Amino acid sequence: MHIPDGFLNSGVSIATGVVAAGAIGIGMVKARDELDEKSVPLLALCTAFVFAAQMLNFPVAGGTSGHFLGAVLAVVLLGPWLGSLVIGLVLLVQCLGFADGGISALGANAFNMAVVGGIFGYYIFYLLKRLLPRDKKFFLLSAGGAAWLSVVLASGACAVELAISGTTPLSVTLPTMLGIHAVIGVGEAVITTLVLAIVLAARPDLIRSYDYGPRMYELDEAEVG
Amino acid sequence: MKARKKSLYVFIFAGLAIAAALALLVAPWASSSPDGLEKVAEDKGFIEKAEETEPAWNGAPIPDYSVPGIGDSHPALATALAGLAGTIAVFLLAWGLALVLKKKGGEKDTARLSG
Repeated sequence: MHIPDGFLNSGVSIATGVVAAGAIGIGMVKARDELDEKSVPLLALCTAFVFAAQMLNFPVAGGTSGHFLGAVLAVVLLGPWLGSLVIGLVLLVQCLGFADGGISALGANAFNMAVVGGIFGYYIFYLLKRLLPRDKKFFLLSAGGAAWLSVVLASGACAVELAISGTTPLSVTLPTMLGIHAVIGVGEAVITTLVLAIVLAARPDLIRSYDYGPRMYELDEAEVG
Repeated sequence: MKARKKSLYVFIFAGLAIAAALALLVAPWASSSPDGLEKVAEDKGFIEKAEETEPAWNGAPIPDYSVPGIGDSHPALATALAGLAGTIAVFLLAWGLALVLKKKGGEKDTARLSG
């Protein structure tokens, strides 16, 4: 759902850009404390994986395709701030390097995918995780549920921006955007759950929000002590 | 510590290899149908707004994930190479950015370890 140039008016472009830059800016300040020997390479890997996986459009109903977004995967692995930084970085490279998403819409795309999909997606995940039993299966279920919702909400935000910009009325676009992305979101949930299950099996200590087993920071403390 | 650090890098580079393989081998065969937003824009008749707009940035080295020059003769190869280049580039870029941002935290860690 990368918005191209020409869909948004300048007010919407600027407003979403300011919010997205602010949120990712906070992420970069937080990064100073949250980045360590493990999370630096993990952030790099996460960015590379999200970039590659976003190229893999899969067909959904009616001559439409969808692709993985990766926002919830990133925030579950790295926390909301570094996770949204990953998505912001991917969007920046896609826009400047690959002409995917308009540069005037970069702020809106970052708002939809990094802020709504990522930061807001993280808190949906966090809420689900708190409500469900403390168990690996429910951890994955929380991530999958949040992944589905992150794509649907991001597409809703996109529809609202198009409507405020006067491009297309909300009554027309919102139901269709939500409908298509409710299907695409199933792919998002499956991929997010699958990747997290693999990381959970290989290196559970690398998942920042997985606090049911040994975590990277506790392990670090133990080593220092 | 040393053993685990080694296994961390095994994990990271195995992950990078998977990402690169997806970009190199799967991306050329990805669906070329319009994505959710494009489809809605086509159906609801506002795709012209993007098509009529001159892009504000024309400096993308690999437009549309297709390496220029070979896109016409070898479209799958052009996409595969674009995917590989992008995956490696963002990996290095993210690592570099993280190292730059980390600076202060790094000093703190050193202080804690030596103290």
